[in-house]
Amino acid sequence: MTSYDLSASTFSPDGRVFQVEYAMKAVENSSTAIGIRCKDGVVFGVEKLVLSKLYEQGSNKRIFNVDRHVGMAVAGLLADARSLSEVAREEASNFRSNYGHNIPLKYLSERVAMYVHAYTLYSAVRPFGCSFIFGSYDQDDGPQLYMVDPSGISFGYWGCAIGKAKQAAKTEIEKLQMKDMTCRELVKEVAKIIYIVHDEVKDKAFELELSWVGEVTNGKHELVPKDIRVEAEKYAKASFPSSVAGEEGNCSGIST
Amino acid sequence: MERHLMDSKIKGVSTGTTILAVTFNGGVIIGSDSRASIGGYYVSSKTINKLIQVHDRIFCCIAGSLADAQAVTKAAKFQISFHSIQMESPPLVKAAASVLKELCYNNKEELQAGFITAGWDRKKGPQVYTVALGGMLLSQPFTIGGSGSTYIYGYADAKYKPDMSKEECLQFATNALALAMGRDNVSGGVAHLVVITEEGVEHVVIPGDKLPKFHDE
Repeated sequence: MTSYDLSASTFSPDGRVFQVEYAMKAVENSSTAIGIRCKDGVVFGVEKLVLSKLYEQGSNKRIFNVDRHVGMAVAGLLADARSLSEVAREEASNFRSNYGHNIPLKYLSERVAMYVHAYTLYSAVRPFGCSFIFGSYDQDDGPQLYMVDPSGISFGYWGCAIGKAKQAAKTEIEKLQMKDMTCRELVKEVAKIIYIVHDEVKDKAFELELSWVGEVTNGKHELVPKDIRVEAEKYAKASFPSSVAGEEGNCSGIST
Repeated sequence: MERHLMDSKIKGVSTGTTILAVTFNGGVIIGSDSRASIGGYYVSSKTINKLIQVHDRIFCCIAGSLADAQAVTKAAKFQISFHSIQMESPPLVKAAASVLKELCYNNKEELQAGFITAGWDRKKGPQVYTVALGGMLLSQPFTIGGSGSTYIYGYADAKYKPDMSKEECLQFATNALALAMGRDNVSGGVAHLVVITEEGVEHVVIPGDKLPKFHDE
């Protein structure tokens, strides 16, 4: 296995590109982010680990606005994710400039995926070490949810999870009947899932970043208002098994 | 360089012209005359087509320099077709009009052509957009353009009603074209009309002698 993993321009004898797989490992080291599509919108939840008490509350955001109607939640190397959010913003903006209307999410996610894929072809650059989840809401197409990973493929989803606890999160997501839920109901469930998958032993404090886009926000992607977020966190903590119920932590969420 | 709405200053073949597009209940009718002239005194063609199909349900009518208009619509047709294939769905009329507008605005120094884009799409139904000389894009329920349009502003403003039936709209468009062609020396020939609806596209040609006649004709 040595020497086939030195650059992205080399295949291994069993047909794998190791650099891309290593990039996906980088995503798995990051904390969890989930996105769920319901009948009238999309909700994002990110478990943002707080590494130091000296951080200002709400810094190092992991949910970005790509266009008025599109949001993006990331996991992996944050710097890579930030530069890709700029790429996504330019794509959305150029589309609007050329064609006069909102970019359809499928197209945006394919364009960004194509860009990410380009970095898996050459030895001079390394692949991007982040995955992201795009969500949007449009009057005619309804809510849409797409995920892009470091290999440069994008798929549409009803619910998806990225980061260290993605398996556990996916199990929880599969229990939901998201097609029949509204955003307001879903916000509480998303908060609950993040609290469930958060590992209190290994990672101490975390901030819950919640955002949504849908009929409830009139098609605009924005962070969930403070009062709704507080209510969702209360619901999440209350549904917990009693052994962890008394846990305090810095789970105060972000100020908007 | 002076910019005039009069096409007589255009070098070469121009479409001194009458063009219009009108929405009705369930579709849009786009129409034009068929005369191409040089300098306003020689008719270089009696039967040119000024209604260019840029996609299945989207048409453009051209006014101004014929060469400029043909070059722009050729480029726009390609871009819209590619865009539609990438999107895996028929293009929005607004998107087609935006493509034309970008071409007109970015090349405004060299070009002297104006367009009316009209069509039907699933999102907003029948629509009409004007793309003016310098690249202005405007959405309207109906619009008239070209040198012959100056003679029918009164008629169009008085006789247009929203939500007409297809027959009423055909009559309105035919009358408007006939009146303009009757007064404008650089508009004439036959009247071309295209009816665009969700079901399809119907081309109607009315030869000059079959056009409606008004008093003193």
